[in-house]
Amino acid sequence: MSEMTGNNSASKETIIEISDLNKWYDDFHVLKNINLKVAEGEKLVICGPSGSGKSTLIRCINRLETHQQGKIVVNGIELTNDVKRIDQVRRDVGMLFQNFNLFPHMTVLENLTVSPVWILKKPMAEARELAFHYLERVKIPHLADKYPNQCSGGQQQRIAIARCLCMNPKVMLFDEPTSALDPEMIKEVLDVMTDLAESGMTMLCVTHEMGFARTVSDRIVFMDAGEIVEVNEPEEFFNNPQYDRTVAFLSQIISH
Amino acid sequence: MKNWQSSPSLPSPEQQQGLIKWCRMNLFSSVVNTLLTLTGLLILWWLIPPFFQWAVVNSCWTGDSREVCDAAFAASGKTGACWVFIKVRLGMFMYGFYPEVERWRINFVLLVLALGLLPVLAYGIFSKNLRQAIFGVFGLLTVFYFFGIIPAIFTAAFFFLPFLLDFLSARLAWLAVSLDLWHTLIKLCLMLLVGALTFFLAVTFIGEGHGWASTLATVVLLLVLFFVRNVTVFAWRWILLFTIFPLFAFYMLVGNVFSLAHVETHYWGGFFLTLVVASSGMATALPIGILMALGRRSELPVIKVVCVVFIEIARSVPLVSVLFMASVMFPLFLPESVTFNKLLRALVGIAFFYAAYMAEVVRGGLQAIPKGQYEAAKALGWPYWRMMAVVILPQTLRLVIPGLAINFLSLLKDTTLVAVIGLLDLLGIAKASMADAEWLGFTKEAYVFAGIVFWVFCFAISRYSVRLEKKLHTSLH
Repeated sequence: MSEMTGNNSASKETIIEISDLNKWYDDFHVLKNINLKVAEGEKLVICGPSGSGKSTLIRCINRLETHQQGKIVVNGIELTNDVKRIDQVRRDVGMLFQNFNLFPHMTVLENLTVSPVWILKKPMAEARELAFHYLERVKIPHLADKYPNQCSGGQQQRIAIARCLCMNPKVMLFDEPTSALDPEMIKEVLDVMTDLAESGMTMLCVTHEMGFARTVSDRIVFMDAGEIVEVNEPEEFFNNPQYDRTVAFLSQIISH
Repeated sequence: MKNWQSSPSLPSPEQQQGLIKWCRMNLFSSVVNTLLTLTGLLILWWLIPPFFQWAVVNSCWTGDSREVCDAAFAASGKTGACWVFIKVRLGMFMYGFYPEVERWRINFVLLVLALGLLPVLAYGIFSKNLRQAIFGVFGLLTVFYFFGIIPAIFTAAFFFLPFLLDFLSARLAWLAVSLDLWHTLIKLCLMLLVGALTFFLAVTFIGEGHGWASTLATVVLLLVLFFVRNVTVFAWRWILLFTIFPLFAFYMLVGNVFSLAHVETHYWGGFFLTLVVASSGMATALPIGILMALGRRSELPVIKVVCVVFIEIARSVPLVSVLFMASVMFPLFLPESVTFNKLLRALVGIAFFYAAYMAEVVRGGLQAIPKGQYEAAKALGWPYWRMMAVVILPQTLRLVIPGLAINFLSLLKDTTLVAVIGLLDLLGIAKASMADAEWLGFTKEAYVFAGIVFWVFCFAISRYSVRLEKKLHTSLH
């Protein structure tokens, strides 16, 4: 586990490069001229009001959404319609969802082993070992034989994180991972995410957890109306925002 | 600071109550309910005792001709059911015109089917390999006792092959795991070799033109063995049921190979024919239906249009007309030299007709799967077919068990419609037997018997589906 802070990330190699990205839903221009570079090991928090395109942006990175213009390069592979490239990128990029999306017909252990076995062609024994390793890491090895609907929301999200980690991703995308959780469960998920950040994982988080953004992230990306308004280091972002739109957003968040 | 502790849970006041209290609450709770209960009892009183009188008390069971029944009824002065009729005609009802000396072949095939099917249907009971083995040995002894040594050897091979395949696929894991060019080439060559060998053996021992089916079955088995990992004994049983079993059943029932006599399909009939049509219909309609459901939701326009057109046409015509088309119209479009067996045409017609219905049921289930499931699978890197087979369809099929059960049931009952193209299933044979001059006037017995046989099988399917639903739904949301 390598300890890593924000300021040495510039020396690392770029793992995601987004240039001049534009996307439309029919006539609606959801993403406008997005340019973003993410270095290996960097932790990015993406925030902004709802409908600002933050989820759409990270869903473009593993091609759950297609873009019409611009270029997305992940780990040296440019995303096009080529299915092989998409599959390769998806193996490198893990994703967490607001609703966990565990497979309900499989036990927790099966949820964790099925992808390594079927996609990475790992032997079952090895996959099980890996699964238990990551279940330990998210602190719920005792749930291995339960079904997802027998677990609490916080536990399900931690299982989902372990499921991602079993695929050994280089980048992890978080799409509002704590938005569907009770306040008491948010902390256990954020703890796991912090632990993950400390281990040097490249993370892109769409979240409203400003405390997490302040303490864990290297940079904060603020988006509104499909555009990146500003990108800044957390201290700067909270104490010295550059745009009036950012100030307005922050005042909304802080006030309640 | 005070220490808070949650209060203890108390038992619910609604306790189990006695029979009298239950009756009072559910049957006689108000004037209207009391009246309804009494009316219901009255109707039962009108219906059941007379039927019981007819079917059991006054009925005639022993003897082997009509005269026995007539004499018995004349002596007692009351008429009842003459079950002698059913007894005498039982062979006909069950096997149709299949030659009597060859009927053991049907029994043997059905026994092997039961041996293959029970462990996969009741997989909860047979989850342990030891239990399966005990069951297999028991079945083996039965086969040996009734049919002799050669059928027993085949049964042993069929029943214990999954264990061998499971063992082999575990040993061949290194083969299945590597996708590099050399290994793939070796595997393909091996498949070609074994396939060619099968073809050669089949042509030599079974006959000209019989090579392809056996080769196909072998190649499918090898494909799974070489390219799919973690196939369980349970899955191997399904695969055998869809590869080796149809071949075996075909050669066994039709004959004309080895020393088995040829029994043409127009001798087939009775409940045996019902089972042939229903089971082959179920086994083919569901997989085709699943493919068509996926096709209808496909983003590829040509596939989508083909599936939509096919499903809509098949749904909009009655089964009887499909059967007529298959038996009367279809041969008109073919050159005279090409002929297909009438039964085969009916089977194909029924399979595609029901596939359309199943496709719509499955599509309904697919629509109920949340979008997040697809997204999660895609985000983990699952390609389309594997995602469908492992993540999406298992959930879908659980959701649509009631709909599929309805289709299976109506398929089983609709097999009686093959009568319109001159095939005599159980009901057809029953009707034909009524017309027999010696047994005129015993229609009731024949219909009641056919009804009971259909009811037993339909009820079994229905209960099984309920059981499966309960068992599988516990794990869903």
